[in-house]
Amino acid sequence: MNAPLRRVGVVVMVLFGLLFANLNWVQAYKGNDYRTSPYNGRVQIDEYDRQRGYIMVSNPGSKPIALSTATNGNLNYLRSYPGGAAYAHVIGYKPVNGTATGVEQLENDFLSGTSDKLFADRLRDIFTGSHTAGGNVTLTLSKTAQDTAYEQLAKNKLGAKSGAVVALDPNTGAILAMASFPSFDPNPLVAHDSKAAEAYKRLEGQAGNPLLNRALQETYPPASTFKVLVSAAALSANRNPDTPLQAGPGYQAPGTTHVIKNATSSTCPQEQMTLKEALTVSCNTAFARLGVELGSQRLNDTARAFGFYDNSLRVGNLSATDRGLRVEESVLGPLTTSSGGDDKPNIAISSIGLNEVRVTPLQNAMVAAAIANDCSQMRPYLVERLVGPDLTTGLYSAAPKELRRSCTASEAAQLREMMVSVVENGTGKKAQISGYVVGGKTGTGTADEEANAGSDGWFIGFAMKDGRPVAAVAVILDDAGKGGSGEAARIAGLVMKGVIEDKGGK
Amino acid sequence: MTTPHTAPPAAAAAVPETPVAAKPSLLHMDPAARRVRRTELWLLLLAMAMVAGYLAAVEANMLDTVTMDFWYPAGVLTAVFLALHVVIRLRAPFADPVLVPTVALLNGLGVAFLRRLDLGRAKIDDRPELAIFAGDGGKQLLWTLIAVTGAMALLWFVRDHREVSKYAWTLGLAGIVLVLLPAVLPGSVSEVNGAKLWIRFGSFFAIQPGEFAKLMLLAFFAYYLVRKREVLALASRRFLGIDFPRGRDLGPVIVVWALSLLVLVFEKDLGTSLLYFGMFVVTLYVATERVSWLIIGLVLFFGGAVLAYVLAGAVGGPFTNFGQRVEIWLDPFAEPYDRGYQLVQSMLGLGTGGMFGTGPGAGNPLLVPEVRNDFIFAGMGEEVGLFGLTAMLALYLLVVSRGLRAALAVRDSFGKLLAGGLAFTLALQVFVIIGGVSKLIPLTGQTTPFLSAGGSSLVANWLLVALLLRISDAARTPASTGGVRR
Repeated sequence: MNAPLRRVGVVVMVLFGLLFANLNWVQAYKGNDYRTSPYNGRVQIDEYDRQRGYIMVSNPGSKPIALSTATNGNLNYLRSYPGGAAYAHVIGYKPVNGTATGVEQLENDFLSGTSDKLFADRLRDIFTGSHTAGGNVTLTLSKTAQDTAYEQLAKNKLGAKSGAVVALDPNTGAILAMASFPSFDPNPLVAHDSKAAEAYKRLEGQAGNPLLNRALQETYPPASTFKVLVSAAALSANRNPDTPLQAGPGYQAPGTTHVIKNATSSTCPQEQMTLKEALTVSCNTAFARLGVELGSQRLNDTARAFGFYDNSLRVGNLSATDRGLRVEESVLGPLTTSSGGDDKPNIAISSIGLNEVRVTPLQNAMVAAAIANDCSQMRPYLVERLVGPDLTTGLYSAAPKELRRSCTASEAAQLREMMVSVVENGTGKKAQISGYVVGGKTGTGTADEEANAGSDGWFIGFAMKDGRPVAAVAVILDDAGKGGSGEAARIAGLVMKGVIEDKGGK
Repeated sequence: MTTPHTAPPAAAAAVPETPVAAKPSLLHMDPAARRVRRTELWLLLLAMAMVAGYLAAVEANMLDTVTMDFWYPAGVLTAVFLALHVVIRLRAPFADPVLVPTVALLNGLGVAFLRRLDLGRAKIDDRPELAIFAGDGGKQLLWTLIAVTGAMALLWFVRDHREVSKYAWTLGLAGIVLVLLPAVLPGSVSEVNGAKLWIRFGSFFAIQPGEFAKLMLLAFFAYYLVRKREVLALASRRFLGIDFPRGRDLGPVIVVWALSLLVLVFEKDLGTSLLYFGMFVVTLYVATERVSWLIIGLVLFFGGAVLAYVLAGAVGGPFTNFGQRVEIWLDPFAEPYDRGYQLVQSMLGLGTGGMFGTGPGAGNPLLVPEVRNDFIFAGMGEEVGLFGLTAMLALYLLVVSRGLRAALAVRDSFGKLLAGGLAFTLALQVFVIIGGVSKLIPLTGQTTPFLSAGGSSLVANWLLVALLLRISDAARTPASTGGVRR
């Protein structure tokens, strides 16, 4: 029986050879695929092995708005967002499965500790065997301004169901407030169990699309706030605030029977008024006619100079301007006919910010900020500082960058003068702040001109102290109904007051 | 019967200060046996040192420190195996010295890994205080105690392996009853994870009768085939150059084939079915030296398996489970969170381990479902890597090869068949489960010998080792040392 027993031995060798070959295939050849497979929970466990860094607002000494705390579970740390819905669109969230959003995504490497900037910490960890936390991110956000912005949007007096606020530091481009309403609580989305996916599904299906950051990713007709840009175009074409414009109750552009009217019959019934007066009372007929006179070329050039048609703009970290939160492109829509000439009926309606003109709230805030800063438009950004795990070692500090020159300094001064007139004498009185020079422009889409954008309430503006800009702001209340622009102006004033408060009244 | 272990005068001369003893004694051994046992002792201590090293590495990775008590499980195991070593000295002094240390190392690594799983499940603060007999690791330690006691008892009371053949028919009948018992019992008592292999007593104690049935059936096969080998080897028809047996001699093989298919269908377990059938066909082949039996066996088994898969698609019913297992095997990633979950997690664990593994205690084997039972090899694979698993495969291969060697060397046919069958059964079981968790073949619920948590498997496999020890002792006892070998 020994011969068959030896053959059985050969069979055993073959069976074990197959096992060995197959283990080589699974562990060596396919090992890397399996190690990094999306189904492999170890990927997350490794990621959660180290405490993720804080995200903080710019106010010194304030509590973090994103932090990770130790758990007893499989994943060592749980992310939480004490700031809740007010900060959700800026910070985003870092879910266990799937990609992060907002600053959590933008600074993921730094927060998680894998960034090259934290190489020294990683090297030390190898020798000490400890798990030093990731780096900490300080945002440009001003806490009071941000809290005010979200709170006022959520509790606006008109019951508008959506809206957005952006506040900028005109000197630097730092985003002091960026709120989008409706928002969401990011905390359930970072849960370690399947409740996270359920929470996401619920939000996705919710009316009003709370996950959308309206400040950057939604465009609206700017309505009368666009008259600021038309004014800038006029100044660049050798007009000045005192240039007389033809006003009146109605304007019929060449080539159309459509008559553009004013918001109320008492707005500007007189035949003639200055550019400054026309802006102060927001005279539709004067600006429609002015736009047609200026022509599509000049309107387009001015709009580009203030940031329209920039589809590459990202807001985040100034050292990596190709990354960051995506900003929807702002556009004027078609102003020329198919033969290339000016499409005057379209220009007329576009000049009062309707038709197919579309802006993001950020873009509109950038217009106000440029004017406040002598037409030096600064690149907007969110990340002020990157600090090491010890909370003291500074590893990056934002160096503000000019994005473009939007007009000349003297034109900017003239625009400021006109906008200050709007807040002091015209439609934007609710934005006034005592002790500060506030300029701005309201906007209300009227049902007459554009059925779809019925009644958005807009306000864009700035606050100055001693000739220096303090803040610029844009507020929109979507579908706010009557009085929308007045409510927007009130909120804008409160947000700018918040900025001033955080700066210590300066 | 006469005891073969009476110390010969030569041994007495080697130890002059002690008078010649009439009874077997530790002090009066054949010098050759003494050398063999000394080898075993050193190998055993080396194996236990490796287990202690594994335990220390686990603590270093999981507690960031090594406690003073890290070696306790290894200490208990060493004591247990030393007791076995002493029994072998007394009752099987010439037995193969490699078997016990190799199996002890596998057993010890199993205990250490199960303890590592317990640590992983414990809260971080409680980990340093985990009691030695706590959790799966502690239970496995206790079961090792029981299993090795069983092996010692077998060595002590069964002085000659041929005694087993006296009870062959009883064992065969008991084996069949044990195989079929879970199938006829209600699912609430016998079904765990879709396979009806168990008999449960209450909620925490369950035995897998199939583990013991394996040994009993094998003893019966060996006895039956030794007696019938001439008849079964008779050629009747030559076809394609191979001699095929007479039709009427096919009876027993058909019975076992039907039995294994019954297991497949009603216990929903391809692994056990394959194990019984492979075991039978190989002993048949060894007994008759006829390749035709191998061919008939393979055709019948794979024909049956394919038929069952086809029936799963066409009829469903009792075949559904088997059909599903084949589909999961073909593409586990088709439903990675559903039916394919176990196998997908097993593959991911193995893949994460890569070449060298994360190190004992540094991986996440708890992500693999059933990691304490069926998937223990995948769980360990994450931490010891391809190199570690290859070493463990080599350990199994060593045990199997030593078993086959005993079969080759032993003089009687029953011993040859029994040892060859036991060794091959062990190899086949390792192949079925490790091939299953690494997606070489469809996964079926088998225990991994000496590693998986579970008393039945451990006790049965240690009895298997004891039988191999007994046979190897018979094979290696020199004819000149007075051992009266019948």
